[in-house]
Amino acid sequence: MTEPRTIVSKIWDDHVVTQDPGAPAVLAVDLHLVHEVTSPQAFTGLRQRGLRVRRPGQTVATADHSIPTTPRDLPILDEMAAAQVRQLEDNCAEFGIPLHGIGSPSQGIVHVIGPQLGLTQPGMTIVCGDSHTSTHGAFGALAFGIGTSEVEMVLATQTLLQRDPKTYEVRVDGRLAPGVSAKDIILNLISRIGVGGGTGHVFEYRGDAIRALTMEQRMTICNMSIEGGARAGLIAPDDTTFEYLHGRRHAPQGAAWDAAVAGWRSLPSDDGAAFDKSITIDANVLEPMVTYGTNPGMGIPITSRVPSPVDQADPAQRRALEHALEYMDLQPGQAILGQKVDVVFVGSCTNGRISDLRLAASVLKDRHVAAGVRLMVVPGSDEVKREAEQEGLSEIFKAAGAEWREAGCSMCIAMNGDQLQPGQYAVSTSNRNFEGRQGKGGRTFLASPLTAAASAISGVVTDPRTLPGIEALAAVGGR
Amino acid sequence: MAEPFTMFRSRIVPIAAENVDTDQIVPARYLKVTTKEGLADALFRDWRFEEDGSLKEPRFVLDQPGMAGRQILLVGDNFGAGSSREHAPWALAAWGVRAIISTSYADIFRGNSLKNGLLPIVVDPATHERLRDLVANDPEAELTVDLSEQGILLPDGSTIDFDIDPFSKHMMLAGTDELGYLLTKEPELEAWEAAHPPRIDSLAGAR
Repeated sequence: MTEPRTIVSKIWDDHVVTQDPGAPAVLAVDLHLVHEVTSPQAFTGLRQRGLRVRRPGQTVATADHSIPTTPRDLPILDEMAAAQVRQLEDNCAEFGIPLHGIGSPSQGIVHVIGPQLGLTQPGMTIVCGDSHTSTHGAFGALAFGIGTSEVEMVLATQTLLQRDPKTYEVRVDGRLAPGVSAKDIILNLISRIGVGGGTGHVFEYRGDAIRALTMEQRMTICNMSIEGGARAGLIAPDDTTFEYLHGRRHAPQGAAWDAAVAGWRSLPSDDGAAFDKSITIDANVLEPMVTYGTNPGMGIPITSRVPSPVDQADPAQRRALEHALEYMDLQPGQAILGQKVDVVFVGSCTNGRISDLRLAASVLKDRHVAAGVRLMVVPGSDEVKREAEQEGLSEIFKAAGAEWREAGCSMCIAMNGDQLQPGQYAVSTSNRNFEGRQGKGGRTFLASPLTAAASAISGVVTDPRTLPGIEALAAVGGR
Repeated sequence: MAEPFTMFRSRIVPIAAENVDTDQIVPARYLKVTTKEGLADALFRDWRFEEDGSLKEPRFVLDQPGMAGRQILLVGDNFGAGSSREHAPWALAAWGVRAIISTSYADIFRGNSLKNGLLPIVVDPATHERLRDLVANDPEAELTVDLSEQGILLPDGSTIDFDIDPFSKHMMLAGTDELGYLLTKEPELEAWEAAHPPRIDSLAGAR
């Protein structure tokens, strides 16, 4: 009888090519996702060494970070962004890498298109020069962000040097109340363990509340593992996973599908497998979450009040909170509900998928954005955009006074011109509320698509549970 | 490719904040570069500069008198949180930083630093406090960082030992990069690939 193993150990063991004593393991990579911002210097490095891309067929590129979300028939006005995109196109052509670039029907945020194309599969190792690569863990893959030096290594060798990660069980039991979603689970976790809580670990999300989630909701949770300090977070595959994957462009077909599913069914952690750390969250009592500060760990249930620095025992925590509240221009002890909002952003690799847009549209239908509020809805991919248009969601957004944009990272990272003005407040469905993240001097409240849409209508931070018909709204997402 | 990491002596730049994220170290709008160079002025950009490029007043610590040329940062817990951008260590190195001292680092930032000749030293909280007190009492205090002995020599002659995994230490001292090492594994890689056909073919159905 072998020792019970976690899913992380199983995937790890399947991918160790070799390991020298005292050295990290050489870990094989199944899928390498590439985008325009973190790859140029890696390709330059390959050229300097006279190396080729070892496995172009296990590599996929798209442009998402620095591209505008204005109509695609208009040129990129930012010269540096245009040059970066051009360089990606040239690099992909030179090295034989398939590119889902601007104008392609499969362009989109790298962590949206991987799953959509069926490239993201259980049991894989997946890397990308982007910290939200953890998203792909929703399929039971070991997926993590890497730096540009590592991008170069993977391009050249399809391997990486890695240390065996520690495991962190995140058990979520119970049932989410209407108006509470996957985003609220992950914001709650991070508010408990802090932004460094998962450092050195891989989260495994377990429990019946996780099993009940759709694939897109699971992606939202795994996406923000990095905000809890964990490079990766994953969920064991099950029938929900297989159903999502079946028939997608790069998913196995016919007999190969059956064989793949049989293998994937052996991936879940064995009974009795040991984790290095563990935490339990009760889904039954979760409320919608919203952040008030300048890192994703500074989050509270939406009906709570902004914490007070004087209540912080640790001097470093007190200073951090004072600084954050000063930046956010919020008062200790004030309610977060009712706080004025200038901009609402619905999109990103966290919440830019079709089910997220359905939730936002369910709130916005037959309603209008509050006077003075700018609502941007940015689909996560060109395919999401087409789906939303076919379903009539785009018409709902436009009728509500929202801007309906082209696909990209947009105001999540604010390097493409979509950004807050200094001092503006935004409710954002994205993943980071760092100082200046959404534009220099901008202030971000992270929240779910339901909370974001509800806040857009009222012009202040709003609890989506106070909307009429919330039971029906919450059931909309699907997939 | 990094230069071999040698022993050096420097005064210290203290940055008290915890959880300093990579968006502070290099704001995203500076990520449109296609080379690794020229990021020194992007470092901590929005903490240092006004919109028009003039220095903020009061000045951020990096721009206070006597700070230029210092090679050691003393920073708060979980430094480098957030994105995977290697532009963060590139910018720190471009400004002249060679070693950082903290109680912990975000995983990706730590790995990226080691690959760029930037030594992320981890000390326990008590030692961190001792170093903070040292700088507070004597801003001109100099430390000697000796990677081969895994020690920091203090002005009073005492030494703080630090841990680093032997592989990273070996690579930094030699100035060898990981890709160079990986390329020596070609025979093992070929054997592994022969036994493990690719799980996907992203070129299938490509234009």
